Amino acid sequence: MDKLISELKEQIAAQLKMKNIKPGDIGDDEPLFGAGLGLDSLDVLELIVLLKQQYKLRVATAEDGQKVFRSVRTMAEYITANQVQTT
Amino acid sequence: MYIRSAASISPQKTFNNPLFFGEVVEYAGNRLSCIEPDYNEIIDPKLTRRMSRIIKMSVASALACLNEAEIAKPKAIVTGTAYGCLEDTGTFLTNMVEQDEEPLSPVAFVQSTHNTIGAQIALLLKCNSYNNTFVNGSISFENALLDAMMLLAENVDTVLVGGMDEITDMSYAILNRTGLYKRPPGSNLHLFKSASKGTIAGEGDAFFLLSDTASKNNLACIDAVSTFYKPADIAETSRLIESFFAAQSIKINDIDLLITGNNGDTKNDEIYLQLKQLLFDGIPSINYKNLCGEYPVSTSFALWMGANIIKSNYIPEPLNPGGGLKDKIRRVLIYNHYQNIHHSLILISSC
Amino acid sequence: MNAAVFVAGAGVISGIGNNVSECLSALGSSTAGIDRIKYLRTNHQGLLPASEVRLSNTELALLSGFSSSTSRNVMLSMIAAKEALDGSGINNLPALRTGIVSATTIGGMDKTENFFIDFAAGRSKGRLRDLIYHECGNVTVAVAEKLGIKHHVSTISTACSSSANAIMYGARLIKHNILDAVIAGGTDALTRFTLNGFNTLLILDEQYCRPFDENRRGLNLGEGAGYIVLVSERVAAALKNNPDCSLSGYCNFNDAYHQTASSPNGDGPYGAMMGALQMSGLQPKDIDYINLHGTGTQNNDSSEGAAIKRLFGPYYPKMSSTKTFTGHTLGASAGIEAVFSAMAIKEGIVYPNLRLQTPMAELPFVPETSFSRNQELKHVLSNSFGFGGNCSSLIFSKN
Repeated sequence: MDKLISELKEQIAAQLKMKNIKPGDIGDDEPLFGAGLGLDSLDVLELIVLLKQQYKLRVATAEDGQKVFRSVRTMAEYITANQVQTT
Repeated sequence: MYIRSAASISPQKTFNNPLFFGEVVEYAGNRLSCIEPDYNEIIDPKLTRRMSRIIKMSVASALACLNEAEIAKPKAIVTGTAYGCLEDTGTFLTNMVEQDEEPLSPVAFVQSTHNTIGAQIALLLKCNSYNNTFVNGSISFENALLDAMMLLAENVDTVLVGGMDEITDMSYAILNRTGLYKRPPGSNLHLFKSASKGTIAGEGDAFFLLSDTASKNNLACIDAVSTFYKPADIAETSRLIESFFAAQSIKINDIDLLITGNNGDTKNDEIYLQLKQLLFDGIPSINYKNLCGEYPVSTSFALWMGANIIKSNYIPEPLNPGGGLKDKIRRVLIYNHYQNIHHSLILISSC
Repeated sequence: MNAAVFVAGAGVISGIGNNVSECLSALGSSTAGIDRIKYLRTNHQGLLPASEVRLSNTELALLSGFSSSTSRNVMLSMIAAKEALDGSGINNLPALRTGIVSATTIGGMDKTENFFIDFAAGRSKGRLRDLIYHECGNVTVAVAEKLGIKHHVSTISTACSSSANAIMYGARLIKHNILDAVIAGGTDALTRFTLNGFNTLLILDEQYCRPFDENRRGLNLGEGAGYIVLVSERVAAALKNNPDCSLSGYCNFNDAYHQTASSPNGDGPYGAMMGALQMSGLQPKDIDYINLHGTGTQNNDSSEGAAIKRLFGPYYPKMSSTKTFTGHTLGASAGIEAVFSAMAIKEGIVYPNLRLQTPMAELPFVPETSFSRNQELKHVLSNSFGFGGNCSSLIFSKN
């Protein structure tokens, strides 16, 4: 899980073009939206694209996205729970 | 219509530097790129992360222009761009092809819309006023100026007007294929020294805070703006320019300085040569596209330059028209045509 | 600046008809134009419904007078603009100062995106002639040339409010005595670019859209073009037929809230509607019908609904979203809806808001669900709200 969380932070920073933020600056449980990192509804959509491109997982609506992307940890948990294991 | 302040980001060191002439930048290739400031000092870094280059450039110039005029929120924002946000358009198009229509970047799509620049400025300033974007090729900026003139006559007291166009790797590749640019490339400073085919690629933005209030801080006054489309021949071009002067009740010899859009291409520049003989004989004239390159809304750069020349009453060595200049440059005409399709005339004077 | 501006002609082509008469017939029989995508080549065919004009490019070429390799957007624009001009009754065009102010968000993107398939494989690939209409302005210029419009040509692009801003700009050119007659409106063809763009924003409905329904899921895209011919009082007086209505008010107001979302209170829509009313000297209760922007997205309908509640309550005029018929035609929408608004006044008709099953719980009003005739409509308000917070409202008044 820690490795996934670490990778996710880098991917988030890249997808959202956060040049001034180092992945280490993003807390595992820090709220991504609102007060925390201050991401908005467009960022939710970018993270949905990230999830699909990197993890082949689909989030159908922006509302579902708000729940999945509450923090980096909730993202990691969603991925772990839903990712199809390839053999 | 007064130009209260102006700001530009261009291939020269023009940002916050109205008398940039002292250090004209030379380019060896046939593509001039904007010299950009450190945006972190001008725009909140949290907001710039999504902004593409042309949006950052335009927002920075818009903010500088408003700062200079000491206006927090203009009463209208009008922009003119032929190509819009090319970088984001190219990104989205490429992704669509490479990823076979899925999944794609929502930000690139949203920011590819032509009015994104005007919208970002409004969002930053929390400005609810009239906001419009013209996208009519090489007279997009002139259309915006006309809109501003009408707004000022409608008692809107301050209008922020901007012209911007960018060149990206993709657009340069495409335009290069059309044979638009010089082959082989040479120095921009020698653009007018030899008669050959082709011009040089350019880009940039220029913003103006226009108002109906006289002030000693105003840079210049825009007296008239006019455009015409595909004149039949040089006689018609000449006639239309003469009508423009007649409409302003001034004579051509009342012009102290002519700024022309020669772009270094022999065929393109022939029109200016003919008009110099037919109409503008004896009037000192200077070019500007060796400084900023050729791009659809380049007249916005010419206006920025012309307004600063009038305010400072100074044209330095690199641009010296070589004699004939009066002590006071009172009236300047900017005349440009883009591929003999759209022609534009902007008349400015000291105020 | 108080000079009146009249609507002398109207032209439209959309998924519900190739001209005004066909569109009105479809509106009157509640026949929507939303269907499985047929003409646009896309992987989303069969997955995302849209309202395409029911003509191939070859058929559009025959109607427009352009060759079939011309951008679909150019041909749509030509057909609607010509219908508007022909129907205006102006028979001395060369003697007038005429202009065309057209709006589009896509320009010639229908051809550019095909060019890109080759170009992406190699920078020397792709046919350059597919790009001649890429720039938005080139679409307008092509139509202006064919119609013989020389005095003024301009193009506006402000997302979904584009045509409304074009109509406003055209009216102002007349009021400032720069032009006598202006063809104003907009055009947008369906493209993979916009279809995928909106899909990536997750605001497309995979079923037929349900604007102003509690359970709405998003919008359906459409394509088309809509133009009105605006004339000065002097020109109107010389026409054989008295214009049925005037453009009595308009306003552009920026929401300045977010790049794509509208403010929850609907400040932008409120400002635009209020500004248009103030300009026309009307009170909210003077409005007889509102042609809603009504895209069917959660956000727009809530925002627009909130603004209407604030401005009109407790008296609510009849209202409906004709996007339930035509889909959301983006840059063309305000032009098409301006035609529908002018026709509503002329014919005394109110259009239904199709597929409304459950009214929005948060709103104290319900759009019309059936078509009605013999309506005494004196003033009609048409809303168009676009990305970048660009909100525009137009008011048409019976002459």
